[in-house]
Amino acid sequence: MASIELDKIVKSYGAVTAVHGIDLSIKDGEFVVFVGPSGCGKSTTLRMIAGLEDISGGELRIGGEVVNQREPKQRNIAMVFQNYAIYPHMTVAQNIGFGLYTSKLSKAEKDARIRETARVLGLEKLLERRPAALSGGQRQRVAIGRAMVRDPAVFLFDEPLSNLDAQLRGQMRLEIKQLHQRLGTTIVFVTHDQVEAMSLADKIVVMRDGHILQVGAPMELYNRPGDIFTARFIGSPEMNIIGADLRDGRAEFGANATAIRWNAVEGLPPGGRRKVSIGVRPQELTLVTPNDSLAAFLIEGTVRVAEPHGSETFVHLDLPEGSIVARAPSERSYRPGETLSFTAEGKSVRIFDAETEKLLH
Amino acid sequence: MTTKTATNNAIFRFRPGFIISWTLLFIGGVIMITPLLFMFSTSLKSAGQVYDLRLIPAAPTLDNYIRVLSDGRFVRWFLNSSLIAVVVTASCLFFDSLVAYTLAKFNFAGRKLVFLAILSTLMIPTEMLVIPWYLMSSKFGWLDSYWGIMFPGMMTAFGVFLMRQFFETVPNDFLEAARIDGLNEFEIWWKIAMPLVTPALSALAIFTFLGNWTAFFWPLIVTTDKDLYTLPVGLSSFAVEQSIQWEMIMTGAAIATIPTLLIFLFFQRYIVRGVMLGGVKG
Repeated sequence: MASIELDKIVKSYGAVTAVHGIDLSIKDGEFVVFVGPSGCGKSTTLRMIAGLEDISGGELRIGGEVVNQREPKQRNIAMVFQNYAIYPHMTVAQNIGFGLYTSKLSKAEKDARIRETARVLGLEKLLERRPAALSGGQRQRVAIGRAMVRDPAVFLFDEPLSNLDAQLRGQMRLEIKQLHQRLGTTIVFVTHDQVEAMSLADKIVVMRDGHILQVGAPMELYNRPGDIFTARFIGSPEMNIIGADLRDGRAEFGANATAIRWNAVEGLPPGGRRKVSIGVRPQELTLVTPNDSLAAFLIEGTVRVAEPHGSETFVHLDLPEGSIVARAPSERSYRPGETLSFTAEGKSVRIFDAETEKLLH
Repeated sequence: MTTKTATNNAIFRFRPGFIISWTLLFIGGVIMITPLLFMFSTSLKSAGQVYDLRLIPAAPTLDNYIRVLSDGRFVRWFLNSSLIAVVVTASCLFFDSLVAYTLAKFNFAGRKLVFLAILSTLMIPTEMLVIPWYLMSSKFGWLDSYWGIMFPGMMTAFGVFLMRQFFETVPNDFLEAARIDGLNEFEIWWKIAMPLVTPALSALAIFTFLGNWTAFFWPLIVTTDKDLYTLPVGLSSFAVEQSIQWEMIMTGAAIATIPTLLIFLFFQRYIVRGVMLGGVKG
């Protein structure tokens, strides 16, 4: 087991810089998830930790030791790839055993380790099979087995679930989480799926354009996203963002906006006028009777489409200011064209600076 | 067998396109196989019957086979050819794919230039190379030696090209996984990349073996010692020594087809089998 420190890590390919001097500290035993859209530098960062990419600048420490110049095999890490990368010409047992390639264990000890790993992953009956005869989930499990068998200090996962179908992905997600709870090994996991990030991570690292935008526990990011990008990225359906002017504790939404009002903006010093974006999650909106004059925050719109999810229904509303999504009770049905009103608690509405997109409140 | 079923289908369906294409293919097939049939036919004829051009010999005899096989020279040439073809094939498989792998999977300055330089040698015809080869062999004392016969073919630009194209299709994930598992670069090539390109290796093995088994021009030039003749060179000597002994040449040639058939039968199943299947999800 080991901690990992990234100290101003830079990756550049010629004139193009993919990772811009990021700092990050990963504690021993922590499950850290890098999340962000494609091309944000998350996989590159992981590959630098693995030693598959040279580090252009900065210092990488694993377990306190600088490893910039070390070969992957000298870093005591194991990696699981998106495409599984289990060797097709070898059986499951040989594939798992390959993780012990450099190990000095005796043949018998290796066999015992392979069997134990296979048992943990439910692969005992498949040991003599070749990858072609396995399902996607089983292949991914073999890949995890090959990483596990070596008992490394750090596990690196590069989008390991994105090739699986939705049901299997959920199941493997659970298995990886349980594996982490049992082994307690440091895990760095890369994904572009915010659900995976939320459900797996002790700590989420949101990346964009080679920069770290925010680091925090899942619920911290969900409740207090540092900027609009994180706010939209974390949580599903994504947060509604509406442009507004703040003036004297009131939010104004365009000249003749009647569909949305917010009378008592909390938490910001009064006075002055500034352009902002306000953010409210669909789950934070509550359906109220139309023209509820008591509510400080009120949104009114016409239903474009309703998506029942069983326990709840997400209605897409058209407003003059744009469109928003709101969660509504699933007990009733919603007709297109119907007018609905929603309110939210003032303190759950976030205010972002319209220019910097950073959280103001 | 396949031809027959397919032909039946075509007739059954009464599709004119099928009938025309299968007829053309059939004619092509007949044209291809006739010389072979004639070779076997002639090998079963006695010297006097050779110019009797019937396909089925009037009095078939195995005498020619007995004569050829009991002739020590023929056996020697057969072994020469086998040795040369096997060694050159093994060398090509090893070195061509080593170079090809480096060109496909490593980034280094001048990589494209090296590849182009190797490819460009494909444009030079053998006839042009024979004189420099000969001068070189003569200076190094390689004339009349196995090495002299083999050296030009030990590595081929074609093999490098073919293998590079296949190595390009091997996903880097495999190689990186192996790197993390602790293999060195040579082991990654030998234990991971090579097994993944067995279809290409098999194809290259067949081409190289056939090419060297039937090689005539260079072995004829570089050897004068009859003990070093390869089979094609030796067979041709049946034609010059006394009069042309067609029945002997045909018998030798018939025997010479056996290893090529065996090589093809052995390797072609590796070509058919999709080894890459199932290791990564595409």
